[in-house]
Amino acid sequence: MTADPPATLREAVSRISPGSSVAAGLALEHAIPFAVGHELIRQGTDDLTLVGPISDLLFDQLVGADAVSRIRAAWVGNVSAGTGYRFREAVESDEIAVENHSNFSIALALKAGALGVPYLPTKSLLGSDVFAESDLFRRGEDPFTGDEVAQVPAIEPDWAVVHAQRASPAGDVHLWGNTGIVDPAVGAAENVLVTAEEVVDSETITSDPSRTAITREQVAAVVECPFGAHPSPVTGHYNRDNEYFLDYHDRTDTQAGYEEWADEWVYGVDDREEYMGKVDADLSVTEPTVAAEVRYGQ
Amino acid sequence: MASEEYTPRELMVTAAAAEIDDGDTAFVGMRLPLIAFQVAVSTHAPNSMAVYESGVVRDSPADGFIHTMCDLPNLNRAVSTTGMIDIMSRLQRGDVDVGFLGGAEVDRYGNLNTTRVAAGDREIRLPGSGGACDIACMAGRTVLLMPHEPRRFVEEVNYVTSPGHAADGRGRKNHPAPGGGPDALVTSKATFGFADGELYLRSLHPGVDADEVLGDFPWDVNTAPDVGEGEVATTAEPTAEELDLIRTFDPDGFWT
Repeated sequence: MTADPPATLREAVSRISPGSSVAAGLALEHAIPFAVGHELIRQGTDDLTLVGPISDLLFDQLVGADAVSRIRAAWVGNVSAGTGYRFREAVESDEIAVENHSNFSIALALKAGALGVPYLPTKSLLGSDVFAESDLFRRGEDPFTGDEVAQVPAIEPDWAVVHAQRASPAGDVHLWGNTGIVDPAVGAAENVLVTAEEVVDSETITSDPSRTAITREQVAAVVECPFGAHPSPVTGHYNRDNEYFLDYHDRTDTQAGYEEWADEWVYGVDDREEYMGKVDADLSVTEPTVAAEVRYGQ
Repeated sequence: MASEEYTPRELMVTAAAAEIDDGDTAFVGMRLPLIAFQVAVSTHAPNSMAVYESGVVRDSPADGFIHTMCDLPNLNRAVSTTGMIDIMSRLQRGDVDVGFLGGAEVDRYGNLNTTRVAAGDREIRLPGSGGACDIACMAGRTVLLMPHEPRRFVEEVNYVTSPGHAADGRGRKNHPAPGGGPDALVTSKATFGFADGELYLRSLHPGVDADEVLGDFPWDVNTAPDVGEGEVATTAEPTAEELDLIRTFDPDGFWT
């Protein structure tokens, strides 16, 4: 599948149906696709299963909007402040189901999906309640040595959502900075939605093929979306807006507080451009490191 | 050489940094360990490397304050910005010497809970493992860091997010996880070691009284003499150089 021509955020996100499983926040605290999350909230897409490693504010915001029925993740909260109040309250009142993972087990689950195998073994999890209290993982034995292993079953999400620095209209994607579990998640997902700081011509992509992290046959939609990851940082584009994380924490310890916050930052804006107009922080990159020239040729 | 006033968290950073030996590969999680690695690589451990689960690999301090491992100063001029499976594979192969962990609760065997704690007849949900369970299971040794608060020291953790030693006096020998397990606990009042898998008081921070520390635990905590490790020492204070570094790396005292 080649991506359709660049879509609007609204149109691309409308393809994610209620009830879908969505992997997001895949580069950990870097390049979190907040623009997509906010558009899911505006469209009222609900009954979602969220998949991710440390999901930071994105999952908490979707839980607050009552968009989530299940979370399969290693950590859900607010990296700057610890607690994610909407997540905590939803779990404590049994409003959402949670499958507790470690970061490596969620990575392996997606890698198994990407490899097309039913599970992968690991030496992690052993001796933990992440393993013992779960009906997900299985105790196994290395058939060659007899050693104990934990078996992690594959996850194949309906969607993986990735924010990147640049992509071509066809869906070939350059991204740089730490990649977390982007690679296994893209491999495992049925569909991939890419938001990019810039949509560029294909010659820009093919000038540096070693930087291409995702290719077009994996991608269902590409959206040009500057500042699509704010308040998380994007290498080369903008820094982390820590005050925003703290403000969210201060305002969302009650559902009413969350709704007031969402009225301002999600429902109260039509699109990402209007959203960025509200951000009052200097996030500019102060040391614009330029990589040494890379040569290809024939 | 005690130099000037410092905060308890600044002392925790230097005590944690001291746990990184020169040449170590350190798995650096969030909060104080971010600063501790930067102090270590700037002082006694110039040949140490840091790996972060997001994929970052560094051999030098970040040139700017970092709230998280993914802040741009930590990615800028890193040695590598790879992915999590690369980093966790190094851990699983046994190539990571030391990892740092925090927790809401710890028991005498160094089991840590960051998932859910009991509060009267209800439970409070915490964020969960992140990479902590992986580090606890597979790092060569782990160093635990937490504020010194009595409610955090419990006979049995409510949930074992990050496994410590087996409760049979044999440390990790009968334990299914392959790593070496907890080697030290650093709090805001003292440092602890582990002998035969059980926590003991190793050093008191300057000005802290042993009875005050031991009274915070619901069990009779062993001390260094009990386990044949000499006397209870006094934790080294931050040097002037270390304090300068901490205040350069965290200029507004956000973490320290």
